[in-house]
Amino acid sequence: MSQVPQPTTESFLALELNSSDILPLFENANNWQERYRQIMLLGKTLPKLDEAYRVESAQVRGCESNAWLYHSAIEGKHYFIADSDARIVKGLIGLLLTACHGKTSAEIAGFDIEGYFDMLGLTGQLSPSRTNGLFALAKAIKAFAA
Amino acid sequence: MDFSQLRAQFPTLEQTLAGYPLCYLDTAATSQKPKQVIAAMTRYYETDNANVHRAAHQLSSRATSQYEAVRDSLTYFIHAKQREEIIFTHGTTESINMVAHGLTGQIKAGDLILIDTAAHHANIVPWQELAKRTGAIIKPIPLTEECRLDEAAFDALLLEKPAIVALSHVSNALGTLNPVSDLVARAKRAGALTLVDGAQAIAHLEVNVQALDCDFYVFSAHKMYGPTGVGVLYGRFDILDTLAPLITGGEMIKTVSFEATQFNLLPNRLEAGTPPIAEVIGLGAAIDFINALPRADIAKQEAELLHYLQTQLKQLGDITLYGANDNNIGAVAFNLADEHHQDVGILLDQQGIAVRCGHHCAMPLMQSLGIKGCCRASLGIYSSKEDIDRFIDALKSVKDMLL
Repeated sequence: MSQVPQPTTESFLALELNSSDILPLFENANNWQERYRQIMLLGKTLPKLDEAYRVESAQVRGCESNAWLYHSAIEGKHYFIADSDARIVKGLIGLLLTACHGKTSAEIAGFDIEGYFDMLGLTGQLSPSRTNGLFALAKAIKAFAA
Repeated sequence: MDFSQLRAQFPTLEQTLAGYPLCYLDTAATSQKPKQVIAAMTRYYETDNANVHRAAHQLSSRATSQYEAVRDSLTYFIHAKQREEIIFTHGTTESINMVAHGLTGQIKAGDLILIDTAAHHANIVPWQELAKRTGAIIKPIPLTEECRLDEAAFDALLLEKPAIVALSHVSNALGTLNPVSDLVARAKRAGALTLVDGAQAIAHLEVNVQALDCDFYVFSAHKMYGPTGVGVLYGRFDILDTLAPLITGGEMIKTVSFEATQFNLLPNRLEAGTPPIAEVIGLGAAIDFINALPRADIAKQEAELLHYLQTQLKQLGDITLYGANDNNIGAVAFNLADEHHQDVGILLDQQGIAVRCGHHCAMPLMQSLGIKGCCRASLGIYSSKEDIDRFIDALKSVKDMLL
């Protein structure tokens, strides 16, 4: 096996994202400014990934900025640690994790990512033609949980 | 010239994005297309569609005449000596690949290839592959602090007698204008073959390949108001005639037998297969469109607009400009404070502003600038002062959000 470092179980479990707190901030946003402000604020609540983990093997492709994704399955649920050097991408990752972090395989498999971003007023951000990497990140999360 | 009439010829520009009028500042990636170009391609498909160079019937004869007429207008457009020096390709990238491949048999181990540090990847990677095939050595031509080609360093490198010198007429990432005619003359004195990537120059400058005296000059139609999928390889006849064809097959042969196949003469020898006929005809319409404009006035207007853009960006504050020299052409590269270029790009996009954010297919240049990437705003003949004002206002609101 390769020598890729993996964050500790504790650090996977430490991240808590409460969707009933987070999602209304987006659903109630009146304009794109508010929406993107909330994205960046959400990104700030995600812990910064240690330099040691910012390695190529954890990098998600298809992203103009750098984005790293780690996964751990703990007692039948999927936990993620992710980071990006761009603020909006990090916030968008936060939205993905809000829906997928601590969920079961069946829950993640049934998660309609496109509908989710549409509901949040972020239609189009998930397109494979975008260089924000969200499409690749979503695919990677689904693959981890498959 | 009535500017609003000129702008009205570009249908894509008349749209709003989530309530914001489109502000297209990404012409260096690809230009928008005027109605004339779209109409010429539609007309060809609706009335003349046939394969070329097999004029057994009237339709094919019409298609061939139109196709070959574009070669003639290109000959005149870039002042080539003869029409056989114009080869239709699929774009700048293919043109450079054709040269780098075609010269394989003429390059030997240890031969030196010099490349502009600011070059687009399309003017780097084909030479690296040529070096792999032949054992040639590649050296970058360094840049000065102003991001101009370092001429003293260039002269020093020329003492090593390079076999090939690959230059950019205008850098795609920064808009730097290189004194190519002078650089080519020096490279030739050192005995090198010269290729000039004109992709970012062709829409903005009048190009005279005989005056430049380069061996190869390459560009794409889609950056000069023409369609995607077609480009040009100009080569000085003597040297063009020595290139081994990258693509072989139909159209490029004189006779084929299983014992021995004979290639055709230029230009057909380098145009294997059915060419992008509608696109070539679209390119012809783009040339007609450009030729009908007062080019000197347009160039002056574009220079003023770029200067205005550079000045407004400087005045905004917290902006780093890269190599924003006075005589740049068509583009300005920048970053906002320490913010990621992608964040800036996404927030500009929310306001209908189309700019390019990334490494601009010039990673070695980004490395020499010590950055991962940057934003680039670029101009076309349809760009207006209002576009720039809207862009600056939008950037101001991005600054308010991020800083």
